[in-house]
Amino acid sequence: MMLADRDRIFTNLYGFRPWGITHAIARGDWVDTRELMAMGQDAIIATVKESGLRGRGGAGFPTGMKWSFMPKEPKPDRPSFLVVNADESEPGSCKDREIIRHEPHKLLEGALLAGYAMRARAAYIYIRGEYVREAEVLFAAVEEAYHKGFLGKNACGSGYEFDIFVHRGAGAYICGEETAMIESLEGKKGQPRLKPPFPAGAGLYGCPTTVNNVESIAVVPAILRRGADWFAGIGRPNNTGTKLFQVSGHVNRPCVVEEAMGIPFRTLIEAHCGGIRGGWDNLLAVIPGGSSVPLVPAEQIIDCPMDFDGLRELKSGLGTAAVIVMDRSTDIVKAIARLSYFYKHESCGQCTPCREGTGWMWRVMERLVTGDAEPHEIDLLLEVTTQVEGHTICALGDAAAWPIQGLIRHFRPEIERRIAKRRGFVQVPDALPQAAE
Amino acid sequence: MKDFRDFAWTPENAREAERIVSRYPRGREASAIMPLLWLAQNQMREETGIAWLPLPVIEYVAARIGMPKIRALEVATFYTMYNLKPIGRFHVQVCGTTPCWLRGSDEVFRACFDKGLRKGETTADGLFTLSEVECLGACANAPMVQVNDDNYEDLTYETMTAILDELAAGRTPRPGSQIGRTASCPEGGPTTLKEVV
Amino acid sequence: MPKVTVDGIEVEVPQGATVMQACEMAGKEIPRFCYHERLSIAGNCRMCLVEVSPGPPKPQASCALPAAEGQVITTTSEKVRKAREGVMEFLLINHPLDCPICDQGGECDLQDQAMAYGKGWSRYEENKRAVTEKYMGPLVKTVMTRCIHCTRCVRFAEEVAGVEEIGALYRGENMQITSYLEQAVTSEISGNIIDLCPVGALTAKPTAFSARPWELTRTDAIDVMDAVGANIVAQSRSGTVIRVVPRLNDEVNEEWLADAARFGVDGLRERRLDRPFVRHEGRLREASWAEAFAAIARRVEGLAGERIAALVGPMSALEEMVALKDLLTGLGSARLECRLDGAAVGEGAFGDRSHWRFNTTLAGLEQADAILLVGSAIRHDAPLVMTRIRKAVRAGAELLVIGEPRELGAPATFLGDDLALLAELPAGFREAARPAALVESRNARADVLAAVAALGLQREAWNGFNLLHADASRVGALDLGLVVPGGLAALAAEPPELLFLLGVDEPDLGPFRASFKVYLGSHGDRGAAAADVILPACAWLEKPGTFVNLEGRVQRSLRAVFPPGEAREDWTILRALADRLGVRLPYDDLAALRARIAGAWPHLGTPGLAAVPWSAPEAAGHAAPAGPTAKRTAGYYQANPILRASPTMAACVAEIVEGRRPALLEAAA
Repeated sequence: MMLADRDRIFTNLYGFRPWGITHAIARGDWVDTRELMAMGQDAIIATVKESGLRGRGGAGFPTGMKWSFMPKEPKPDRPSFLVVNADESEPGSCKDREIIRHEPHKLLEGALLAGYAMRARAAYIYIRGEYVREAEVLFAAVEEAYHKGFLGKNACGSGYEFDIFVHRGAGAYICGEETAMIESLEGKKGQPRLKPPFPAGAGLYGCPTTVNNVESIAVVPAILRRGADWFAGIGRPNNTGTKLFQVSGHVNRPCVVEEAMGIPFRTLIEAHCGGIRGGWDNLLAVIPGGSSVPLVPAEQIIDCPMDFDGLRELKSGLGTAAVIVMDRSTDIVKAIARLSYFYKHESCGQCTPCREGTGWMWRVMERLVTGDAEPHEIDLLLEVTTQVEGHTICALGDAAAWPIQGLIRHFRPEIERRIAKRRGFVQVPDALPQAAE
Repeated sequence: MKDFRDFAWTPENAREAERIVSRYPRGREASAIMPLLWLAQNQMREETGIAWLPLPVIEYVAARIGMPKIRALEVATFYTMYNLKPIGRFHVQVCGTTPCWLRGSDEVFRACFDKGLRKGETTADGLFTLSEVECLGACANAPMVQVNDDNYEDLTYETMTAILDELAAGRTPRPGSQIGRTASCPEGGPTTLKEVV
Repeated sequence: MPKVTVDGIEVEVPQGATVMQACEMAGKEIPRFCYHERLSIAGNCRMCLVEVSPGPPKPQASCALPAAEGQVITTTSEKVRKAREGVMEFLLINHPLDCPICDQGGECDLQDQAMAYGKGWSRYEENKRAVTEKYMGPLVKTVMTRCIHCTRCVRFAEEVAGVEEIGALYRGENMQITSYLEQAVTSEISGNIIDLCPVGALTAKPTAFSARPWELTRTDAIDVMDAVGANIVAQSRSGTVIRVVPRLNDEVNEEWLADAARFGVDGLRERRLDRPFVRHEGRLREASWAEAFAAIARRVEGLAGERIAALVGPMSALEEMVALKDLLTGLGSARLECRLDGAAVGEGAFGDRSHWRFNTTLAGLEQADAILLVGSAIRHDAPLVMTRIRKAVRAGAELLVIGEPRELGAPATFLGDDLALLAELPAGFREAARPAALVESRNARADVLAAVAALGLQREAWNGFNLLHADASRVGALDLGLVVPGGLAALAAEPPELLFLLGVDEPDLGPFRASFKVYLGSHGDRGAAAADVILPACAWLEKPGTFVNLEGRVQRSLRAVFPPGEAREDWTILRALADRLGVRLPYDDLAALRARIAGAWPHLGTPGLAAVPWSAPEAAGHAAPAGPTAKRTAGYYQANPILRASPTMAACVAEIVEGRRPALLEAAA
């Protein structure tokens, strides 16, 4: 079930070797890009579709299909754009950072191939502002690629003109939402747009635009070189390929590692992270896909295949495959309350339910941490999450609601215990006394 | 320079500003506001030792790209990395989000506290400003702190204390993991592609 | 034309309609806060959620979703009810429940919709958010804790007013609406954000805490602060007009109103002429009506008709202008002049009604693809014409200006301040499909008119020749023929012995130093100061009146309140004076006067806009114009006696024009 070394795409994930272009070429990047482009635009899209690649940014939308929404014949006054989402800000996620600082040329080559396939004129790579050193690498890598003639007027000698520009964010999680990213690129506040129109119809500067995650783009050259079947042969149907897992929290050796989709949680942790801190019995819960997905209690996740469908069955999600592990020492209510603070902090303020609801939810969560609440407030909080969920322009409202829903679903007794303790009950009754008939 | 009304690009930054604007289509100069504000904040750091954006500087940048002042101010106040008030020479940004908290960001804060740093405040000597920031995207190396442009990762109370001491002494501690591992490779060596290493 | 089903009702909607519009066509009320049909769609309040299938399982914002063939829309389901209730609750958790001390109370969307769609109680037990007040100038009072962040004001400022001075700073629950650095908003139509604000965050500062909406008596009237003829509602209590708000008329003012019209009304309470005065030994002394009439009669006696003349001011209604004309006719004079700014229309080659009208019409101006301004004071002359131009420019029209460079709130090309440029206009303008030229009345010299007429701005069903008047009375007066050959200059060259001033305060009366001047008007201003006899009359909201706007649109204004003291309705004063002077005016009441008008000038007898075919002027022989444009001398907030008397307008001059912050704010800072 584990990924063989020969199937790993990111061979310099940790930066043991330099990222520079000569080393990248030695690793196989940029070697036959022109030939890959010669496959033709539609063939590239078809190959990506057949590979089963689903977006690596969290939502898991099929990448090839997304590209196929782009116009086949862009008008001269409305060029198409590729926007690469390098605004990695989801708590728990730290994979794009490794690609950017150690394998930037995989990203650039992928951007050229993807941009060519969707007939884009240029790509903007939107990198989060806090990745200062990472952005420096990216700027330098782009310069290298231009210098080699891989980008620009006659990219890789293909006759296709393609530019890549790096754009730095400045501290706003919401810019990871694709339309907020486009707004931000246009020099505005990162407030998500209403859809429709979708970016493929009217995106950056009103032109057709596709926004893809860094990892989605960076694996494209490998898929084209090694074939759709190779990629589709890894993992399970509908959950194919390799994936960068980012394991943080209470494991013995946190790390980022490329593994096969669908690797069982236990295998992932044992093989790469040295096991759970204090042993498997000490595992409390896991947030398997970044802060936005509901947590999963230990017993449910231990043998779960880590992919889209496997985690959906647990009412959670793969998200960005940012695995946050929590052992029994964790104050689980506080862990989620801290995430509620995060969403309150990062709400753009545009939609009423999110602007007002994230603050409300966080304030109640803070009181639940200490038990300073009435028992009915648990249900109140749950209802507030449903009033936010699905009622906003973008998914930040949902993302703020789900962790709380997951907490209440799995740890309600713990919350009730704290309330009871705070109110001075020594003993908490198992059930309310029944009235006599 | 007292009220920053005479702020202007240095010749070098003027060229850089031109390069930045050239990345965006003609007529879309507004796109450059974020990188230009960043450039201005860095120039402020070089010229005054403090990386921040006084209003006249924001207005200067807005005027360069023909953007209404209110729109530039909207941008400057929306994104957290633009400092609208003066900060210390070292901006100590400790990540307090759950992945870092799970691995001991409280200890990092305690180290800061014991060195006299207070959240949201600048030390009297103007050296340090301490901020609690949201996830900085280095979760596999938690807990971590970003000081100005560099990350210090895999921190403990002791290593954080040492970093603050070094900075106060005018030295630059080595960025990255403080337990000696390479990037986000598992501690003790890779579990994959071992022959490549 | 897609067909959709709304709660079981099938409706056919126009292409491009939204789901919200479809619901309204089906007779369903959709609550909303951020949506406004004259602003871009923000979709942020989330109040208008409905269920739409096919589509995602979550409720959709109906304001932003295009209606599509076969959609099934549900507005009454439990899911929709809960969604609205949820949004309502969120809006209220941080909204102060200070309705008893909120000026919006009684006309508050949040109040109304909370009643209709809210829960009736709050489950929120945390502390409420408080936001500091934001100074926005002398007109708009802010209580930003009440703000629900709908961003209507931000969008209005940018899209309609053309001033990007209001924005939303910070983010999330800390988001705050403010003007840049809390400076006064420099727009002549800023008051509209008060109407747009769905809550009490932005209210009218001049009338703060002065009345509840349900206490006010509403009277439909027409604004006379400029020549647009904005439709207004005057709201009064106990004989005082408390406030003026716009009345919807898509052909004239849409639903906007300029600030002078909205806020100048407190000038009605100041510096009023409430009794007659007669100059005695150089000083004006209070007098009775009989004494005042007698003083006039003494000067008229034995005076040849041609030694009598009259000037007509900017705010006069048709009724008093006709009565004055009839009086002078009875005295043997035809010397009435309305063109106080020297415009050359109304006589000679430019004597056809189509020469002094806004032929393109206000609504039609939006269709123009090239617009030329001759003179650049439009933001002060007619702010609501500029909003139409902004719409046209947004739709792609090119805006050219001959005149001093001014901030117009729309991208414009300033060709230069030389009228000779009329001969060198870019080819694109003359070749445009729908070109429009707007010649400021003060720049309507004969040579300029000839040059503009020669541009050939007429197309099939299109006339781009427009005079941009600033005076509410002007087109009506021109239609009545109140012109003297040679205009004001000719009168000044040969000053009359007796001069009637019908609300005339602006031009230099120096040339008429020796004339015996009878001032009929409402305010003790320049005209009254120069007068020998003062006859106290009504301001416009104190009388029923007919006004003809710059398009030639005839509109009726009703009486909202009565004038102070002994002041009387203008035409009745003239009617009584005529009796005293032995002239018989053939009307005893308003109906008869209006019948007289309708008989002599049929087009002025019925409200509405009658078509006037273009009559190409025979304007050969004029030299090409040259030289700089004439400039507007009056400040926007001080253009007439009412505005000069208004404390609010004085505050505007201090805080907006001169940029002085109120003392209290300075002390706080």
